[in-house]
Amino acid sequence: MGEFQIRKQPKHYDAIVVGSGAGGGMATYILAHAGLKVALVEAGPMYDPIKDSLQLKSPWESPRRGASTKFRPFGDFDGCYWGWEIDGEPYTHVGDTKWEWWRARMLGGRTNHWGRISLRFGPKDFKRKSIDGLGDDWPIGYEDVKAYYDKIDRLLGVFGTNEGLENDPDGIFLPPPKPRLHELFIKKAATGIGIPVIPSRLSILTKSINKERGSCFYCAQCGRSCKAYADFSSSSVLIIPAIRTGNVDLFTNAMVREVLTDKDGTATGISYVDKNDMQEYQMTGRTVVLAASACESARLLLNSKSQRHPNGLANSSNVVGKYLHDSTGASMGGIIPELFDRKRYNEDGVGGMHVYTPWWLDNKKLDFPRGYHIEYGGGFGMPLYGFQWDIQNLNGKYAVKGKKKEAGGYGASLKEDYRFFYGAHVGMAGRGEAIAREDSYCEIDPDVVDKYGIPVLRFNTTYTDYEIKQAKHMKETFSEILHAMGAVTTWGGDDGPENNYGLHNPGNIIHEAGTVRMGNDPRNSPLNKWSQAHDCKNLFVVDGGPFVSQADKNITWTILALSMRTSEYMIDQMKKRNL
Amino acid sequence: MDRRKSIKLMAWGSLGTGVFMEACKHSDKKATIEKAVQGDPFTKINRMPEELEEYKKVIAGKFFTPHEMETIAVLSDIIIPRDAVSGSATDAKVPDFIEFIVKDKPELQTPMRGGLLFLDLQSTKRFNKPFKDCAAKEQLQLVDEIAYPARAKPEMKQGVSFFNLVRNLTATGFYTSEIGVRDVGYMGNQPTVWKGVPDDVLKQYGLSYTDKELKECI
Repeated sequence: MGEFQIRKQPKHYDAIVVGSGAGGGMATYILAHAGLKVALVEAGPMYDPIKDSLQLKSPWESPRRGASTKFRPFGDFDGCYWGWEIDGEPYTHVGDTKWEWWRARMLGGRTNHWGRISLRFGPKDFKRKSIDGLGDDWPIGYEDVKAYYDKIDRLLGVFGTNEGLENDPDGIFLPPPKPRLHELFIKKAATGIGIPVIPSRLSILTKSINKERGSCFYCAQCGRSCKAYADFSSSSVLIIPAIRTGNVDLFTNAMVREVLTDKDGTATGISYVDKNDMQEYQMTGRTVVLAASACESARLLLNSKSQRHPNGLANSSNVVGKYLHDSTGASMGGIIPELFDRKRYNEDGVGGMHVYTPWWLDNKKLDFPRGYHIEYGGGFGMPLYGFQWDIQNLNGKYAVKGKKKEAGGYGASLKEDYRFFYGAHVGMAGRGEAIAREDSYCEIDPDVVDKYGIPVLRFNTTYTDYEIKQAKHMKETFSEILHAMGAVTTWGGDDGPENNYGLHNPGNIIHEAGTVRMGNDPRNSPLNKWSQAHDCKNLFVVDGGPFVSQADKNITWTILALSMRTSEYMIDQMKKRNL
Repeated sequence: MDRRKSIKLMAWGSLGTGVFMEACKHSDKKATIEKAVQGDPFTKINRMPEELEEYKKVIAGKFFTPHEMETIAVLSDIIIPRDAVSGSATDAKVPDFIEFIVKDKPELQTPMRGGLLFLDLQSTKRFNKPFKDCAAKEQLQLVDEIAYPARAKPEMKQGVSFFNLVRNLTATGFYTSEIGVRDVGYMGNQPTVWKGVPDDVLKQYGLSYTDKELKECI
């Protein structure tokens, strides 16, 4: 390495956007299309699904047959670079608390592989404190966001059905795919015991919506990212079109160290490490937009200390990093004996479930305050690493082609068993709302830096009885549904109070939110209702950070809607010379 | 964009994405690995540089001895033999997969190596020969003692655990191969149009789509 020096990018941008996932992609798209000059700064490499996706690769094209690695925790064909751990970028925990932190490092971030579950928050979701007294209300309501949900439905495409549900608002939907066989079993069983099952709402194009993107060809591999751009990824749907405007300079492999401010405390730009040459760079801009993920954006703010912002940028409230929460999760699986020895056909369908269960009960009548939705899986999946693992736990329990056998075994008889049980499995997972709490948070570890010399995050997140009781309820519901459909539980049925009913560790569901929340009172919220910092008016946050609470919905669609709303506000404020 | 065009686009999108590392000339061994890596279809699909480096390290050495590999071949063909429907585990190159996966997942190395020794020890006690050199009848006699968890003797429990692992790895290696995918009848992984569950299947299970579904769904 040569002499240490800081190199300055000569160009002055209208906006520097940090992070290229859902929030950063949308901000880049809106700002660039308004004619503003945007620098998009991404910590990972370039990624374009049309070239880089592993869609339609066969299992034998992976030497590990799709097994996971630390580079691709969701499997060797998955469309996300990195995940729970990144070489040279540690994070730490207080005591034995758990936070599992997923970090994507690539253009488009985790949107390249996400589940495409695109649920609007409902009117109640913005005002939970008014309903149950817990957490806080948002400074905005559904009526403030509805127009943006409508716009992104049209711009990005989402299938689903209008059901007229009070807290699961209707949208502008493409037609959903018909349920698969196991989904018809689920629907019949669940609706029979009073649990609604409706078409899922996924941002996948069952019909073409423009010339740039193809329509779905039903390979079930949205998780690998789509070469036809037929599902929503920030890379393919927002950033690549935004670059075509000529208004975007893309900086990849650029790890942002801090937001720079002047003596008045106004943001002037950022400094970053270029991973290619490990040199230090700075760039300047009229505004800075953070979209690095709820936790990374909090980390950046806390690491951006100055005389004017001694506590970290936008942190006079001292709540940056606090109120960190994830969706809750618990799951269970079983086997449907009626589906043994099924007729074979291609039932790949879209990537993910064709039906789901929105929250259907009244929490006032329950011993936990917030709801959950249920996601379903099953059927003839592509055989991958772990195919019918531990068949000895199954093949002694059921007569195979009329013949009862001993568990385990080998030979031609065993081959018959693998064929017999294939496609009869079903699984379900609850995704619920946790309470955002001040005492569940991330902060800067005073002792540890990453390989770029940037102080890392230390997590201190916990769950309370609310989340545990919710997980218990999920498990009871799953058991009832499995029972009603004549299925036998094969996994996830043994959880109890000793392991919080199988409640996953916080972070594990990969819906981090709440670290830089919005609010009308600068004393307890870093951002105002436009996701603009109270302390620094040319600084914005457009990832999961601004969320006051995260509903029993996946947060991506709301990140996108709010990022669009903030971006339009920025354009308006720039026109008015307020920025 | 119509569906046919998007499929076409996909076809060219999958070409030319090779990630080739510069051949390293520092040593013959390295050159050999580089050559192997370049001829390896795995390196021609999208990989991060960090992944490719790790992959090269994984395939650089051998884990199993020739003796162990022969034993694995015998065991895997006992588990998945050729039958009327499809070929055997060795037809599907399952032993090569097992050699790779224990290097990729080092936590499998001790159970596999120890299990193979356990097996040879039992075989030597009974037949005075390592497992792979026994007659087929002798091999099956020993396998029967570890292939059925419910009836295995307590002193053979470790053998049961080993055999469960080999059964799992063999099934994974086989059913994720071209032969195995065809055998088990997975028919997806290709562009298609999902029109719903076939009528005869709906009828078989006494199910039908509702009018609402038929009206709303694509």
